[in-house]
Amino acid sequence: MNIELIIGIINIVLIATTPLVFAAIGELVTEKTGVLNLGVEGMMLVGAVTAFVTLVITGSYFLSFLMSILSGLLMSGLFAFLVLILMSNQVATGLALTIFGIGLSSMIGKEYIGTPINGLNPYFFIVLSFLIVFGVSYFFYKTKAGLIFRAVGESHSSAHALGYNVIKIRLLGILFGGAMCALAGSYMSICYAPMWQENMTAGRGWIALALVVFATWKPNRILIGAYIFGGVSIMQMNLQAFGFSIPGQFFNMAPYLVTMIVLVTISSNKLRIKLSAPASLTKPFFKGS
Amino acid sequence: MFNFIPSIESRSQPSAYMNILVPIIAVLLTLITGSIIFYLMGFDPIFALYTFFISPISNSYGVSELLLKASPLALIAIGLAFCFKNNIYNIGAEGQLTMGAIFGGGIGIYFHDVNGFWLLPLMIIGGAIGGAFWGMIPALLKIKFNTNEILTSLMLVYIALLILDYLVVGPWKDPNGYSFPKTRSFNESGRMPLLFQGLRIHLGLIITLVLIFISWFVFSKTMFGFQLKVSGFSPIAARYAGFNQNMIIYSAFAICGACAGIAGLGEVSGPIGLLYRDISPNYGFTAIIVAFLGRLHPLGIIFSALIIALTYLGAEDAQLFMQIPAAVGFVFQGLVLFYLLGAELLVNYKIVFKH
Repeated sequence: MNIELIIGIINIVLIATTPLVFAAIGELVTEKTGVLNLGVEGMMLVGAVTAFVTLVITGSYFLSFLMSILSGLLMSGLFAFLVLILMSNQVATGLALTIFGIGLSSMIGKEYIGTPINGLNPYFFIVLSFLIVFGVSYFFYKTKAGLIFRAVGESHSSAHALGYNVIKIRLLGILFGGAMCALAGSYMSICYAPMWQENMTAGRGWIALALVVFATWKPNRILIGAYIFGGVSIMQMNLQAFGFSIPGQFFNMAPYLVTMIVLVTISSNKLRIKLSAPASLTKPFFKGS
Repeated sequence: MFNFIPSIESRSQPSAYMNILVPIIAVLLTLITGSIIFYLMGFDPIFALYTFFISPISNSYGVSELLLKASPLALIAIGLAFCFKNNIYNIGAEGQLTMGAIFGGGIGIYFHDVNGFWLLPLMIIGGAIGGAFWGMIPALLKIKFNTNEILTSLMLVYIALLILDYLVVGPWKDPNGYSFPKTRSFNESGRMPLLFQGLRIHLGLIITLVLIFISWFVFSKTMFGFQLKVSGFSPIAARYAGFNQNMIIYSAFAICGACAGIAGLGEVSGPIGLLYRDISPNYGFTAIIVAFLGRLHPLGIIFSALIIALTYLGAEDAQLFMQIPAAVGFVFQGLVLFYLLGAELLVNYKIVFKH
C-alpha cells in the first residue's frame, strides 16, 4: 500500500461519513432533551429533495441549503407540535414522520430524477461537521444553558420545578435535530451524490439513530462511531475492488450488519445504557393545570 | 366572561367513546387536508377525491383489487397488534414478510415440477416459519443483549431485501428467464386458488379472515391475551403476577413474524406465482399505520386495512388520470397517522373552556 492509496481511502471515508455525523449529532441533541425522534430518515429525504429542487430552479447553492434547513425546521416543528403540545406517542409519531417524509420527497422529486447538477465541493461541510460536534460538546458540558438542556432530558419535573420551560427547551432540541437532518440530506443530494433519487438516503437515518446509542449520548463519541462505521463500509467496497468474489448484495449488507453488531455490543451492558441514556427519554411532559 | 383559550385536563380514565371516534376524526381530517392539497395543485377537489376514493372501487374488479391489497395489510397489522399491545415496537414486518416469501417461495421453486395438494399448505407453513424466524432475531437480541428492537428489526428489513435480491439474480434465477431478475414459476398446485373467476382475489383473503378471528379469540378469551394486555399496561404488575415476560416477547415477535411471513407468501403465490425483487409495496411499513388506525382491535384493523388499501388504489388512479406521482398515497398514509396520533389526546385528556 502506498501513501496515495491511503490518502485516497481517508478522503472517501471523510466524504461518505459526514452525512451520518450531521444526522447523528442532531438526533443526539434532540434525545438529550428527552425526546426520541424516529423521523430522521424522513427529514433527511425531505431535506435532500428540497435542496436539490431549489438548486435546479434557482441555481443558488446558498438558497438551496437555506430552503433545505427550513424544510427540516418545518418537518421537526410538525413533530414537535404533536409530541409536545398534543403529547402523542414519540415512537409512533417519529415513524409517521418518516413515512410522510418518504412519500413527500418522492412526490416532490418525481420530475427531478436524473436531472444533472454541478456538485458542490464537500470539504467545507466536512470541517463544519467536526465544528458542530465540538460545539455541541462544549455547549452541553461547559455552558449553563447546556446543563439546563441536559436537566430537562434527565428529569423534566425537576427542571420544571426549578422554573425552566421544559416545552420550549425540548422544542429547541427537536428543531436543531430537524435542521441537522435536513443538512445531512442536502449534503447527500448536492455534494455526495450529487443527484436526486427516491429513498437515496438508504437507511442512513436509522444508522444515525444507532450511532447515538453507540456514542452512549456523548457528542464526541459520535465522531468515533461514525468514522468506525464509515471506515468499515468503505473497506467493503475496497475488498470488492481487490477482487474478493463475494456477491455485491452481501457487501451491501455490511453497514446494516455492522450497525446490529455494534448495537448488540453496546447495549449488552445494561447498566451502562441505563446510566448514559437521558432518563426522561420518550416520556411526555404534562404540566397540568 | 368566557375564556376562549382552551386548557387541557386529564381524564380520570380513558374515554371509550373517544377511542372509537378518534380514528374517524383522523380520516375526516385527512380527507379535508387532501382536498386542500389537490385544490392547491390546481385540481377540482371533488373530482380529485372522487378519482382517489370512489372510482377505484366502482366495479367488481376494483373491489377485488381493494381486498387483494387490504388482505396482507390486515394480516400483518393483526400480527403487529400482538407486539404493540405489549409495547414492543417491531417495525421490521417488511423484512419478516420478505423472509416468509423467501422460505415459502423457496419450497415452491424446489417443487416446481411436482403436483400435489400438499404443496400450498407446505409453502404457507414455510412462509410462517420464515417470517417467525426473522422476527425471533430481534426478540432474542432484546432478551439476551438488551438491544433496542426498533433498530434491529429495521436493519433486518434491509438485510432480508438484499438476500431476496441476491437469490433472484443469483442461485434461484429462472434458467429460462433470460436475464430478468425473477425465479421460475411455482407449480399450479403451489398457487393460491382464485375465489372468483376473472378476479385476482384469492384464498389469502380467507386465511387473513380466519387468522384475524383467531387473534380476536386469543386477545379476548385466553390467558395469553390477558397477559399481553397486562404487561403492556403495567410491566411491573405483570412481573408481580409472575408472568413470564421473555416468553411473551418471544411469542409476540414469533406470531407477528408468522403473520407477516404468510402475507409475504400470499403475495408471491397469489397473482404472480414466482419470486422477484419488489414483492411488496411497503406493506410491512404501511401495516404499522393500519394497526394504529384500527386501535389494535381486530374489527378496527379490518376497517382500517380497507381504508389504507384504498389509498394505494387511489394513488394509482391519481397517477393515471391526474398525473400525480403515486407517492401521494404515502403522503396520505403519513397524514392519517399524524392526525390519529394528535387526536389521541382526546382519549386521555379533555379540552375545557373555563369561565
